[in-house]
Amino acid sequence: MSEVLVLVDSNSLVDGKVSKPTLELLTIARRIGEPSAVLIGDPSTGSAVETLAAYGAEKIYAVSASDGTDITGYLVAPKAEVLAQLVERTGPAAVLIPSGGEGKEIAGRLAVKTDSGLITDAVDVQPGDDSTRGTPVTTQSVFAGSYTVRARVTHGTPIITVKPNSAAPAQHQGAGAVEELTVTISESAKTAKITASEPRKASGRPELTEAAIVVSGGRGTGGDFTAVEAFADAIGAAVGASRAAVDSGWMPHAFQVGQTGKTVSPQLYVANGISGAIQHRAGMQTSKTIVAVNKDDEAPIFELVDFGVVGDLQKVLPAATEEITKRKG
Amino acid sequence: MNIVVCVKYVPDSTADRHFEEDLTVDRVGVDGLLSELDEYAVEQALQLKEKVGDDSADHMVTVLSVGPERASDAVRKSLQMGCDAGVHVVDAAIAGSDAVGTSLVLAKAVAKIGAESGWDVVMCGMASTDGSMGVVPAMLAERLDVPAVTLGSEVELSADSGGNTTLRIRRDGDTATETIEATLPVVCSVTDQSGEARYPSFKGIMAAKKKPVATWSLSDLGVDAELVGLAAAYTVVEDSQARPPRTAGQVVADDDGAGAHALVEFLASKKFI
Repeated sequence: MSEVLVLVDSNSLVDGKVSKPTLELLTIARRIGEPSAVLIGDPSTGSAVETLAAYGAEKIYAVSASDGTDITGYLVAPKAEVLAQLVERTGPAAVLIPSGGEGKEIAGRLAVKTDSGLITDAVDVQPGDDSTRGTPVTTQSVFAGSYTVRARVTHGTPIITVKPNSAAPAQHQGAGAVEELTVTISESAKTAKITASEPRKASGRPELTEAAIVVSGGRGTGGDFTAVEAFADAIGAAVGASRAAVDSGWMPHAFQVGQTGKTVSPQLYVANGISGAIQHRAGMQTSKTIVAVNKDDEAPIFELVDFGVVGDLQKVLPAATEEITKRKG
Repeated sequence: MNIVVCVKYVPDSTADRHFEEDLTVDRVGVDGLLSELDEYAVEQALQLKEKVGDDSADHMVTVLSVGPERASDAVRKSLQMGCDAGVHVVDAAIAGSDAVGTSLVLAKAVAKIGAESGWDVVMCGMASTDGSMGVVPAMLAERLDVPAVTLGSEVELSADSGGNTTLRIRRDGDTATETIEATLPVVCSVTDQSGEARYPSFKGIMAAKKKPVATWSLSDLGVDAELVGLAAAYTVVEDSQARPPRTAGQVVADDDGAGAHALVEFLASKKFI
């Protein structure tokens, strides 16, 4: 069986903990072949190696630069070089990369380097059969979630970026054989660099794209997210925002749900004071259950909802929060 | 300063977008326009030019679009906003190209634009509003063998200690706000947070009529037609299905505060609490 390369999410190794999207990729990789995790950085950080093996990694390539360069200090180009060298060496059945700004850029560069096809933002990947010459078949949600498309790569090594929540991470003990690998990074790959970085304060809430429940606020909050945040905390949700709220400076862009922000697909999505413009729907309409609170009974968001309340979110949410807190005792 | 801004003509995202029989995007039967996200790129390209000085003999913003006949609309709109010249690459053989093919054509066109006096910055939007892959800027940088500084919410030029000009961006990432920089020439992409795009003024609309627009075919670029288009794409769509429309569920009015209770009952019935 062929190897399937899985790029370990670079955010993973901050505290040596492997991110959930990476574990999801390992689970998907096991459907297609033998998962090999590609870990850029120091493998002795935390328990990364143990976790990767526990979720099916047969091999773990621990990659460092031959001249001692810290690859993580640069942008995507060196990471794409590392993967291209591994693709050439191992001839994998596919390369799986977490979707997101960085992942997609690595995938794009890797596709050019290896003369391969790429598919981004897959929400499912299944093994191929004879009719696809064995290449995996991906599912994507396109046109703001209004179409589902199945596609596959027909040339080179399938390079696929996969969205968070595309599979339930399943434990499966792999051999987890660590192979230390030094690669040569070209000078041109080092030309763009991060010269300053200011970490965002952790909110303590679940990660937006990974959360089972997302509670969002829009223009209707009038800039006061207190009720939205309290409600989110009562039901253990991540907090999101519409573009209107972000453009008004009420919430940072990292919280934006929609076409130019995050696409989320949680079990439950609660939209508060959000009209439901196409820009927002693109980011949330594949959610399993949708609930909305809005003053305007003609807001388009109500066309999507499983349950809606026509009313003032600043009254409805605090009352609901209080009742939930009471029920939980 | 020679700036090239890449823009895409896309089906209106508020229209009923769909696929052709060959599973490519219908780009004719649906009204098209300059991709909204590329307006931000045009804006930032124009601002860069304005910062270095307005003498258009030395400083040029060229808008570049690869697309069908009607993509000339996107070029014209960009000229109306203030770009100095336009290039429209149009060739029947390009239809159905994937990102691999598109980035190849763009790279060749950028090289041709810069053939005489070079180029300094290729400015792109963060993604198209139709394919929304967000990979073309990175692929373009890879093909042009230059650095990419991407997903910027602020863009500025500065000089480094060696006297080289660098392009610096601020990127508001998920875990951190980063400052990223590279020495020119670079490919840069900007997000919709980079600043509102200007509207064409009446003067701009009139001036655009006199601006030069070059129309190039694949042979003008020296690109083999066999390398692009649907048949040469490295991916194939097996099938596409319209997502069944969501049926509106129960909507209640919050009379006398009953809404909150009904909401909690609904969430409890679905086992969310």
